[in-house]
Amino acid sequence: MKVRAQIGMVLNLDKCIGCHTCSVTCKNVWTSRDGVEYAWFNNVETKPGIGYPKDWENQKRWNGGWERTASGGLKPKQGGKWRILANIFANPDLPEIDDFYEPFDFDYDHLKSAPEMPAFPTARPRSKVSGERMEKIEWGPNWEEILGGEFEKRGKDYNFEGIQKEIYGQYENTFMMYLPRLCEHCLNPACAASCPSGAIYKREEDGVVLIDQEKCRGWRMCVSGCPYKKIYYNWSSGKSEKCTLCYPRLESGMPTVCSETCVGRIRYIGVMLYDADKIADAASVAGEKELYDAQLGVFLDPNDPAVIEAARAEGVPEDWIASARKSPIWKMAMEWKIAFPLHPEYRTLPMVWYIPPLSPIQNAAAAGQIAAQDDMPDVKSLRIPVRYLANMLTAGDEAPIVSALERMLAMRSYMRSKTVDGVVNLGVANRVGLTPHQIDEMYKIMAIANYEDRFVIPTTHRELVEDAYDLRGGCGFTDGNGCSTGTTGGKLFGSRKFVTPAEGWK
Amino acid sequence: MHQFFFGTYPYIALSVLLIGSVARYERDPFTWKSSSSQLLRRKQLVIGSSLFHVGVLIIFFGHLIGLLTPIQIFDAFGIGHGFKQLMAVIAGGVAGIMALAGGAMLLHRRLYDPRIRANSTFADTGILILLMVQLVLGILTIFVSLQHLDGHEMTKFMAWAFGIFTFDGQAASYIADANILFKLHIFLGLTIFLLFPFTRLVHMLSAPVRYIWRPGYQIVRTKKRGA
Repeated sequence: MKVRAQIGMVLNLDKCIGCHTCSVTCKNVWTSRDGVEYAWFNNVETKPGIGYPKDWENQKRWNGGWERTASGGLKPKQGGKWRILANIFANPDLPEIDDFYEPFDFDYDHLKSAPEMPAFPTARPRSKVSGERMEKIEWGPNWEEILGGEFEKRGKDYNFEGIQKEIYGQYENTFMMYLPRLCEHCLNPACAASCPSGAIYKREEDGVVLIDQEKCRGWRMCVSGCPYKKIYYNWSSGKSEKCTLCYPRLESGMPTVCSETCVGRIRYIGVMLYDADKIADAASVAGEKELYDAQLGVFLDPNDPAVIEAARAEGVPEDWIASARKSPIWKMAMEWKIAFPLHPEYRTLPMVWYIPPLSPIQNAAAAGQIAAQDDMPDVKSLRIPVRYLANMLTAGDEAPIVSALERMLAMRSYMRSKTVDGVVNLGVANRVGLTPHQIDEMYKIMAIANYEDRFVIPTTHRELVEDAYDLRGGCGFTDGNGCSTGTTGGKLFGSRKFVTPAEGWK
Repeated sequence: MHQFFFGTYPYIALSVLLIGSVARYERDPFTWKSSSSQLLRRKQLVIGSSLFHVGVLIIFFGHLIGLLTPIQIFDAFGIGHGFKQLMAVIAGGVAGIMALAGGAMLLHRRLYDPRIRANSTFADTGILILLMVQLVLGILTIFVSLQHLDGHEMTKFMAWAFGIFTFDGQAASYIADANILFKLHIFLGLTIFLLFPFTRLVHMLSAPVRYIWRPGYQIVRTKKRGA
């Protein structure tokens, strides 16, 4: 047993209102720079839809993630090491920027500088890449917002696999949900495995996956390797970039920017202990539907004395073990089994999990006829097809999704009886295999969702890893040797000189 | 003048290549990259880049082996000078045409695609043009070579290259009577060496061959001291 700690995240899709505050605050902090205008480390997609970049979930097209070899091993779906090197001059699986969208800005200046004209001046779009006029914008990072566009295009959504999808194109039967996405900080990251330079690494102490900007050579294999398409090639700096899980904030015990600013309080962050020795086996189980269970098997019970002892032996700090015991992620994924990994079939063992959304009862006319025991309708009659959610979260296995949806419905029913009628309805709790205590706790964490219940983040132990004396007066977050002394005014090797905002005003 | 260009200039170029590359790697590792533009425009790159890189690699290793292997080794294996020259002409010619065709596509893309042009630095476009000129010069030398197939001319260049790397003060004199095309080709080649550390060409020094024998796939970094 090799115990490691990982910062995990759960998003409660049942509460996501699709406001994009997470995306916008993330962009303001991390990607409001040249070359990554098109990159959204966090984005929110309306499903069903093909998403951003186009059709990202379809690995038959993009070849992201891992595949199981005939001998039971794993290799990146885009090819083993030799194949990846052979494709280095031209990567056949790399999306083009148009698959994300061509970033643009508007000629705002024209609004005030236009001469007197018969027509009112307008601010027309201009490409941020080429600087040329864009006559018509035909795709964007959120083109399918609230079911924008015709169903024929959105219906290409990969999660419709095995579903008679035509009826969901009809107005009466349509459904939608939001899917906020960020880097999964996988236990078995395909991006790191695909990087020929070895620039992508997973941090041992908290599992954050990062790209070393000084080691990245821009071979762009990570972009195609990541099945979630959450690595972005900065076309200006020539380096790949990704979500950092706001590690500078995590290290000081603060939640990520997307989580902090989430107005719906749907995001949860906590520590998960896992057995690193089990990763290879869990990621290479034969059946895709077994992958969800296999990943559950990798996690270690932080209340188990043997695990605690092993964690101490591996040098996991005491407050990290304590945080793991209070982790909302552990409760949702392991105790209540209501959170699921996004597309476990990619075999990356992702660590950003999702609670599937409830939805209105499918057919209002039939509502009265639905067997609604304890106010609980049959989840099969919910508007979002269970199979759709299962394709997204459990590689198509419907049973765990049904169980999770029932538990959420049971929580509502139980709490309604308790608060309205003043009756503790043991029946409904037992029916979904939960104790009243567990439902109370679910209600507290999922419905009330206080800050300290959502975010249980231990701080980094800098005293163990860094010499503060070396860090004094250190450089902030800049690329290259921006704040080094000893650089001349010009840049010999063609990089842009870092200019602090204060210097920029000189 | 001849002594300067073929006796002294090689040392200037190679010194700048060496010191400049070390300095860049050490001082500004963030700028060390391949500068791929595939994300911005796939068109013309897939075929162009593949042809160009494969062609250039064959030519590069051809020159390396052809020029720097001591002539005695070829003699020991019984490889005749005429045969060696013929091999160089054929392999170099085919690879040269590949690289030229691929390079032409890349250059066309770089000059005429609005996305690529807007994001090209002077160094990006300049070095590609220089490489294309060098390829043309190299291919033109084939026609000179075909005038004398005994392989003697080629041994002079081997002696020169070998002389440069063994600090032979007489090196330049070995190629004093070479055709002007060869001299231009050598001069431009040395100039490309000189410019190497200041362009995107540095990415060839990071050719990620180590990936092949990197143990496993995953990389985990620890901050623990002493680990």
